[in-house]
Amino acid sequence: MCTNIASTTAVSGSGKGVNGWFPLTQATVGYDHASHCEEEHALLLDFVNYDLGTGARVAVELDLPSARSLLVSLTTAIELAEASGV
Amino acid sequence: MWNSFLTDSHVSVRAEITTYKGGNGDEIHAYVATPIDDAPRGGIVLIHHMPGWDEFYMEFAERLARHGYNVIAPDLYCRVGHGTSDDVTAKVRAQGGVPDDQVVADCRAAREYLNALPSANGKTAVMGTCSGGRHALLVASLVPEFTAVIDLWGGNVIMAEDQLTPQRPVPVINYTEQLTVPLLGIFGNDDKSPTPEQVNTHEAKLKELGKRYTFYRYDGAGHGFFYYQNQMYRQEQAMDAWEKVFAFLADELAN
Repeated sequence: MCTNIASTTAVSGSGKGVNGWFPLTQATVGYDHASHCEEEHALLLDFVNYDLGTGARVAVELDLPSARSLLVSLTTAIELAEASGV
Repeated sequence: MWNSFLTDSHVSVRAEITTYKGGNGDEIHAYVATPIDDAPRGGIVLIHHMPGWDEFYMEFAERLARHGYNVIAPDLYCRVGHGTSDDVTAKVRAQGGVPDDQVVADCRAAREYLNALPSANGKTAVMGTCSGGRHALLVASLVPEFTAVIDLWGGNVIMAEDQLTPQRPVPVINYTEQLTVPLLGIFGNDDKSPTPEQVNTHEAKLKELGKRYTFYRYDGAGHGFFYYQNQMYRQEQAMDAWEKVFAFLADELAN
């Protein structure tokens, strides 16, 4: 990898890929060359289940300002969810 | 040189995905492109970039073959599985990349594959872009049977102690003493990895140790400026640099 910026965490949830919904087992957050978006480098989010094959993946590429905005939204939603007691 | 074919010449290339015994005897995929005649010629081990063993690299291999070289581009990510190039790359990224030792072994075996071809003249270059440029330099430093090396904007040739990983345990610049073959380096001055300062540091090391090298630096170009498939492409700089690549290969791989 060029930047070597990548970390992996186990997750529990579901993702929707090209063949429909599937259970997720792992998420990788990286920052490296983008495959598709306009940025040369991007914040790379991969939600995967490699037990189901290499293609069991939901991929997102974001520029850094978008990633920061998303992080705020995630944090806010998690805090509200936990405070709601639901 | 680019577009120098005579219109009545018979330029033809055979190109296919095949397998060969890579490092550890593992059967791995490779894209092999060769001119169809059996005239003696040099070979090139072409190392793909971080974004994977992809269509750009297949076209890259074909271009080099059309210019008269036997080319093998190993799939360095083959062992993690198969799928679209970006899906496979994501899996490799999650694992922290492929181990340097494995890359060296795969490329050593790829050189042997080329030299077993009937048309092999015994000379083999190793080259690559991006992480493949770093890998090319690594391979050329550790496998002295190679004839020449081309580093196209390889990042992380210089690494701080805290950047080293089990996959990449040694900064490639530390192997400079062991590099015995000529090196061509092509870089964009707007690149952030390698930065112009890192290229200068690498050059100073090569000069200090009396190594044979030629570096070309391009203004108005950053990383990956050969990549016509995305916005990094810089037409003027890329076409000039391609001429440098062809000239270097012609000099170093001549029969």
